[in-house]
Amino acid sequence: MIMRKKLLEIKGLKTTFFTDDGQIPAVDDIDFSVHEGEILGIVGESGSGKSVTSLSIMGLIPSPPGKITGGEILLDGKNLVTLSDKQMQKIRGKDVAMIFQEPMTSLNPLFTIGDQLKEAILIHNPKWSKKEVFARAIEIMKLVGLPRAEELLKDYPHQLSGGMRQRVMIAMALVCDPKVLIADEPTTALDVTIQAQILQLMKDLNKRLHTAVLLITHDLGVVAETCERVIVMYAGQIVEEAPIQEIFVNPKHPYTQGLIKSVPDMRYKKDNLYSISGSVPKPGSIQEGCRFAARCEFAMDRCVQETPPLYEAAEQHKSRCFLLEKQEVKQHVESVVES
Amino acid sequence: MSKVLLKVDGLKKYFPIRKGVLNTQVGDVKAVDDVSFEVFEGETLGIVGESGCGKSTTGRLLMRLLEPTEGEIEFAGKMISELSNNEMRKARRDIQMIFQDPYASLNPRHNIGKILEEPLIVHGMGNAKERKQKVLELLEIVGLNEYHVKRYPHQFSGGQRQRIGIARALMTNPRLIIADEPVSALDVSIQAQVLNLLQNLQKDLKLTYIFISHDLGVVRHISNRVGVMYLGKLVELTASEDLYAEPLHPYTQALLSSVPVPDPTFEREQLIISGDIPSASNPPSGCTFHTRCPFKKEECSQVVPKMQEVKPGHYVACHLYDAIQHSMI
Repeated sequence: MIMRKKLLEIKGLKTTFFTDDGQIPAVDDIDFSVHEGEILGIVGESGSGKSVTSLSIMGLIPSPPGKITGGEILLDGKNLVTLSDKQMQKIRGKDVAMIFQEPMTSLNPLFTIGDQLKEAILIHNPKWSKKEVFARAIEIMKLVGLPRAEELLKDYPHQLSGGMRQRVMIAMALVCDPKVLIADEPTTALDVTIQAQILQLMKDLNKRLHTAVLLITHDLGVVAETCERVIVMYAGQIVEEAPIQEIFVNPKHPYTQGLIKSVPDMRYKKDNLYSISGSVPKPGSIQEGCRFAARCEFAMDRCVQETPPLYEAAEQHKSRCFLLEKQEVKQHVESVVES
Repeated sequence: MSKVLLKVDGLKKYFPIRKGVLNTQVGDVKAVDDVSFEVFEGETLGIVGESGCGKSTTGRLLMRLLEPTEGEIEFAGKMISELSNNEMRKARRDIQMIFQDPYASLNPRHNIGKILEEPLIVHGMGNAKERKQKVLELLEIVGLNEYHVKRYPHQFSGGQRQRIGIARALMTNPRLIIADEPVSALDVSIQAQVLNLLQNLQKDLKLTYIFISHDLGVVRHISNRVGVMYLGKLVELTASEDLYAEPLHPYTQALLSSVPVPDPTFEREQLIISGDIPSASNPPSGCTFHTRCPFKKEECSQVVPKMQEVKPGHYVACHLYDAIQHSMI
């Protein structure tokens, strides 16, 4: 694999929500980076912190009650956490753009598609002439595969179908050529046949424009079909990180293994589906030890007492599980014996 | 072959579209348009389709939560579609429903004991002591405890709430359970738990399921036979194995190839169909799928294809198979 430049680097990010019930660390000390031109997936169930991660990067954490309490978000070396709101506004939409799950609630129902698209262009290019803005709007609409671009600019969001709305959202996000596109469950609200169209579009655009994509989803199938690398999150932490071929064939963390086994596969029938017992812990309820320990079939005494670090399982493959420590020791012993 | 438990013939539900000051009817939304199928005792019939295809409406029509516009529903030898409201209420003892959103379908002001006891009171089953006993028994069966009885719906997680929904459906010892997207609101790990519970219950209690879902993987896992719906019509119906191994209708083929498979090494030819689902208030003429179909012929836009048995037990509504049908005769 060719090493590509790190475009977006997250270091020790901590996002905490200060509520009446105490401090809730929704994202707790996570590190990862998005490389130039890649599609990186983040998977996790509800409450895993995947959406809070994306909102933190965009500087969109509702404050109060939320706040980034630690760490750095480096975009091309610039730390986004320390920027003022005004400075952040210049970056948002231009360098990092985002698309959301529900395209209807993300579009303003009172303005036409054209108004909203042109606004996105003008905010970052205030000196453009009307003609230039119009030309760019048409160009980007065609790029995302929207038919009758000129007529569509005069339409209101409610006149469009779900799939077309999501295409408009993608057009708005890409209109200023961002370096990173964050897609938070972009196809969850769509039907499968429309989902296939949108995923195909995102892959095409990634190839053509070399925009790096951070795809957040709960659907392992979507990850397998679109991403190059994937991060698995559980209760605010990264539990596994690996290239896509690795993670499905050779998952290391018991949670990842369980998750993959519990998805019903359309291609063949299993008699009984594997299921992870128990349910996702409330954020902040586990202070010590591995957060998955209570549901893990391999849990040892140690898992409840100490928090496991991220072990290097293979090249570019990390997993937060003590089971890998043994493996590391074993590998070490083997290499010693061999030599 | 086991006995037919439920027989649906020519089921239709049109919702009128009214406009203007006089509220005149200007058209119909054909939510369910001429659907016929049978459900055998002890099996699971899956119904899949995208949003707006009429799968949920079908489920509601079977329980007569919505009145059918036309068509017959026969359950265990009884014409359900002709029962009076009063008689229907009694018949619902044998047909129960599990809903998608377990939070919205549980009364937030009632505790679990009361929620579970209510179906028994409605149907006049047992005395107070027997009812309490039954509540505890059912809680146990779905994997909850005695001490949950006094709790309220908001104190439970999504998966637990769906277990309560299932327990409530089982209170009256029904024979048929209509499950409308029962696991769609749940996380993957919880979804697997609930699916396994449903399967175990079916084995233990000899239940018959109609399982409505948009998730083809889930439907494949749980169903013996699967029906595929598109714009109010059943387009294909066959054994689950056959449907996934050899889908015949172009829509089923497209649907199956659109589902992302959690395996990056899996190679296949994707048949991505363009366009959106047309509106049910103004469906295309002839075969409703012809606007998106890659194999469209001339007659497709004119003649509505009939459901025909192309192979034993494999029904499909598509003009591509007309020739096969004739050669069989």
